[in-house]
Amino acid sequence: MSSLGALRFHASVSLLGRAALRLDRLRTEHKLARMKSAGPHLGPPLMTSGWLKELISRHYLTGRYVRGVRKVAWVTSGAPVEHLKALGYYLMYPENHGAVCGIRRWGERQCLAAEDAGYSRDLCSYARTDFGTVLSGQTPVGRLPPPDLLVCCNNICQTVLYWYQVLAHHFQVPLVLIDTPFLYTEARPHMLAFVRKQIDAAVEVAERTAGRSLAPARLEEVMRLSHEAIGLWLKIMQTGRNRPAPITAFDEFIHMAPIVEMRGEESTVAYYRALLAELEERTRRGVGALQAERKRLLWDNLPIWYRLRPLSESLAARGVALVASTYTNAWGELVERIDPTRPLDSMAEVYLHPILNRGTGHKLATMARMLKEYQADGVLLHSDRSCKPYSVGQMDQQRRLAGELGAPALLLDADHNDPRAYSEEQAENRLQAFLEVLGA
Amino acid sequence: MTLAALGIDVGSTATKLVGVTAAGDIAWRRLAPTAPRIEAQAEALLAEARAQPGGERAPTVATGYGRKLVASATRALTEITCHARGVYRRTGRAGTLVDIGGQDSKVILIGAQGQVLHFVMNDKCAAGTGRFLEVTAGRLQLPVAEMGDMARAATAEVPISSTCTVFAESEIVSLLARGTPVEHVVRGLHRALVHRVTSLVRSLGPRPPYFLSGGVAHNAAVAAFLGEALGAPVERAEEPQLMGAYGAALSALEP
Repeated sequence: MSSLGALRFHASVSLLGRAALRLDRLRTEHKLARMKSAGPHLGPPLMTSGWLKELISRHYLTGRYVRGVRKVAWVTSGAPVEHLKALGYYLMYPENHGAVCGIRRWGERQCLAAEDAGYSRDLCSYARTDFGTVLSGQTPVGRLPPPDLLVCCNNICQTVLYWYQVLAHHFQVPLVLIDTPFLYTEARPHMLAFVRKQIDAAVEVAERTAGRSLAPARLEEVMRLSHEAIGLWLKIMQTGRNRPAPITAFDEFIHMAPIVEMRGEESTVAYYRALLAELEERTRRGVGALQAERKRLLWDNLPIWYRLRPLSESLAARGVALVASTYTNAWGELVERIDPTRPLDSMAEVYLHPILNRGTGHKLATMARMLKEYQADGVLLHSDRSCKPYSVGQMDQQRRLAGELGAPALLLDADHNDPRAYSEEQAENRLQAFLEVLGA
Repeated sequence: MTLAALGIDVGSTATKLVGVTAAGDIAWRRLAPTAPRIEAQAEALLAEARAQPGGERAPTVATGYGRKLVASATRALTEITCHARGVYRRTGRAGTLVDIGGQDSKVILIGAQGQVLHFVMNDKCAAGTGRFLEVTAGRLQLPVAEMGDMARAATAEVPISSTCTVFAESEIVSLLARGTPVEHVVRGLHRALVHRVTSLVRSLGPRPPYFLSGGVAHNAAVAAFLGEALGAPVERAEEPQLMGAYGAALSALEP
């Protein structure tokens, strides 16, 4: 680490940055406390939102100055990261950064920058957003630190294989690939052994790149913190089972950022404890995320990042609460597979089991279970042009949801990050017609 | 007859207005090509309806793409609900309603009580809609209203392989340049449109009887070819283009 870099990091991040962000959080909390509602038809805003903003801003501020101070790894959203955390890596999630670009309406321009370089418009819009960011050097968060290491796990899709090869070529850094066999049914022992072996190899590369060895006690500690945060996140989502639901999936789409990119950190655990306490208090007082909740729906697939607010408002105006989503659930449902005392074996098991690495029957069963647990009246299936693994099978799922499960389901054609694949009028028309069918 | 309720359907191609009696029968109707100034046109048509006996106090439900622009409507509902309501009132039966309008096509599953059970729509593509026929008619310099009869009378057809309206237009140019008779092309075009709609129907599973509404239902070839493809007759609703406005008016009758 250069002493100048370290000095700049501590001055900008540890001293000035932290103080400025804390001040901003206090200001936000003050503003939130005076707001009666988060929108014309929404309930009061979540007070912890100020804290969330501080966490996310600090994450990207750290990233801005971290080069040369800590090793940086860019990872896919489903990649094993606990060993990297334990080795002191700063983690960058291009998918999360993509979501930030989407929410801030930067998705299209980043995609265009990638398309200008020859990448096909049919490529995932997260990949295009990432390439656009890398090629243009522009991002709404200031600056992304270049990676020292890339870790790619294909438990979410196959596109990441090619995406990360492009990154490896561009940055000329080592790329670790963790190949998770697709689970058509149950995981077999040889599959677990296969993934475990790759995690061992990944640890070796990470140690070599970091120039230090992994301390088993520290890994257990990170695993324990990950476990705790995931357990809290699951409980947070489960408060949505109450009527009225104190939180909607729209809130979860925002509040999920730490569980993805800041797992294994004390501050994440503290933050989720506070959020859970706030939601439990709301439940006790009968405060809902909507002013008047009449119908409850389940969401499937990634959010439409650039339309979060209008969609949330449009549903709230009709008294429809999005009480749960298979997407946010994916970061909580595996909690029981984690055993902090067996970190590496647990990692192999957990990272084999994401919903996208399992058959479509598993997803249907998950939706059926969630419909019951959350007493939902129907399902919104976002048919995401950019996420084929998540969208495949939705037509059959729609038919079976409406048929044997008696839950009307709507297919909503969109794209999670590219607004050009979203037709506002058509989507709104379908949604309204669906709500009329539901009697909302 | 005294009008008890009004329904206005502001579609992409035509604006339809229907006035119904307290018993729910159509007593007054107007149909005009949708003008660019939707609000002004809708209000002018409504003013005419409200000048009829009872019209002044008649509640109004608006439907269609321009429904939100009808300022004086009591309520707005989507075409899905309205078409289903209108057609069910006419047929009194459960079944599958295919509605082919100017810019979209919908397949609606109607339940035993006339309720909408399920629906699907074409997505971001004009190939299964009235616009497909309009665009291709323009290229062939034929009046749209005559295309259906020409298609039915044709003795042969050429397959149109393009699934896109724009590419179908280029395909027509190539076919004509090769000397293919216009009637054969027209019949092929109808078949292509019906193919698109049939796959929408199949995605809901075969649930006869089948009904057809929307402006394209005036085209006899579409109904006939659709019946062939589905293996069951397709009943064309009377005044098919008015079913959305009719359903809207029926909804306006409800408290």
